[in-house]
Amino acid sequence: MVMTTHEEKMHTTRFRVDDKPHIVVDPDKCKTCSVRACVYVCPANLFVPLGDGSVLFNYEQCFECGTCFIVCSKEGALRWDYPDGGYGVTFRES
Amino acid sequence: MSPDHSRSFVTAASDMTTPPDEHFDVIVVGAGPAGSAAALVAARAGLKVLLVERGEYPGAKNVSGACFYGSAVLNELIPNWWEKAPVERYVCRRDLVLMSETTAVSMDFRSAAAGYVEPPYNAFTILRPKFDRWFAAQAEAAGAFLLTSTVVDDVIKERGRVVGIKVRREHGEVRGDVVIACDGVNSWLAKKAGLQRDLHDHEVSLGVKEVLGLDEAVIRERFHLTGNEGVAYEYVGAVTQDVRGGAFLYTNKSSLSVGIIGQVSSLVEAKKRPYDILEHFKSHPAVAPLVRGGKLREYSAHLIPEAGWKMMPQLVAPGMLIAGDAAGFCLATGLYIEGINYAMQSGIAAAKAAIHACACRDFGKHTLARYTELLWPHNVFTDFRAFKHAPGFVNGNRLQNLYPDLVAHGTEMLFQVNGQAKQKILPLSFKVMRQYKVKSRHVLSDLYKVARAYLW
Repeated sequence: MVMTTHEEKMHTTRFRVDDKPHIVVDPDKCKTCSVRACVYVCPANLFVPLGDGSVLFNYEQCFECGTCFIVCSKEGALRWDYPDGGYGVTFRES
Repeated sequence: MSPDHSRSFVTAASDMTTPPDEHFDVIVVGAGPAGSAAALVAARAGLKVLLVERGEYPGAKNVSGACFYGSAVLNELIPNWWEKAPVERYVCRRDLVLMSETTAVSMDFRSAAAGYVEPPYNAFTILRPKFDRWFAAQAEAAGAFLLTSTVVDDVIKERGRVVGIKVRREHGEVRGDVVIACDGVNSWLAKKAGLQRDLHDHEVSLGVKEVLGLDEAVIRERFHLTGNEGVAYEYVGAVTQDVRGGAFLYTNKSSLSVGIIGQVSSLVEAKKRPYDILEHFKSHPAVAPLVRGGKLREYSAHLIPEAGWKMMPQLVAPGMLIAGDAAGFCLATGLYIEGINYAMQSGIAAAKAAIHACACRDFGKHTLARYTELLWPHNVFTDFRAFKHAPGFVNGNRLQNLYPDLVAHGTEMLFQVNGQAKQKILPLSFKVMRQYKVKSRHVLSDLYKVARAYLW
């Protein structure tokens, strides 16, 4: 069987990280959000819920799929844009 | 415009100091299949075309299954393209599989008919970073100017008409008569131009995928293939647990593309992580032997616009057209899971409309509306209208999660020889339906929906 952990998966994808985050979350709004959909749907597992009700977020290994933006649109806690040209994810095999 | 001139523009834009001052006939945003097809057709007609891509190279941001149906469409643009393009395998087998946790019931289709195993073939498996790069290079060879690593943030509007784009570079404005937005499922341009609303989470599905390296000889033997034959497996049922969606497995030359697709709203409801579902899928008894020994080469993810007819944006505005995923041209009906062919066809139609508009120097909505007229004979609108009921039906809970399980379980009972009296199929069916608490009226209503979605 070819089972792989999420970390192993993420190691195979190439990212050229921009210094400037292309996604910004509003921690105050996250604290009031009861849905936390981003935590489940993100294919890169970039959203980690913390004990105090906030959500820890990394933008570095983002696939730029936009799913978090679509599920968060009701809550409005997330600003989403594409990274600068040439930055972000680069697929080689897919 | 001379080639030298083009180089000066690309250099000027790349050093981020000088504003590009050229005026283009057609600006295409996004160098996927829609964008490159549009750029290719427009450039061949002698128009000055700019093709802008935000990735390092075309295909760097693109993910697909990727089974490319519609070989004949591309063959019209580039005869015998498969001899030149980086293709993996031609698809002469399709396997549609219904699954329960323990069982798989499939319709295994294999054809040696000319349409499948001889040019122009029916479908190929491809790897998008390689294929898209090749396809964009064809547009370049036809005279289009490809500008990579460049994000397009907005359109420039003057007197209600789109007259260019704003690129994310210093003084980054580029002007053109027609802008064709092929910027993918999250089309910023369609939104900025006011032609598309925010998408709903039930209209899009998230695909996650692994490419697993496997020896060519092993692939041939394991999947019963000869030479460069390939197979496309598509799965529905317990494979995605209680998430509405499906799974796929395609054979490449020396790798497999394996992935799951889940409707985003359903992932949220089920609180399931897509990569966990992928692992669950790979461990299914019908799948594990197929992927055994595969070495993970790349993990990827992408959104898919699946609502078809019901999520299409306004496709035409003064000075602007929308094609490909940006227009929602992905047909996901269960029977058909196609997008690349519609992307190319819509790109071609958009380019033809742009050529027409340039010829009569009128870029108003009325003239550019030739695009939507061309989407009928190009089979884009016809297909989406014909199957407009299918996406909603395919994403129904019973069809997704109950029936595959029920059929699999019923087939288990049908084939099991255990010393008990055999039952004929109808009483057996009612017994299984009772076990699954399925009501006859639901089955009848679903049969009607199946018929409406697929039969007439």
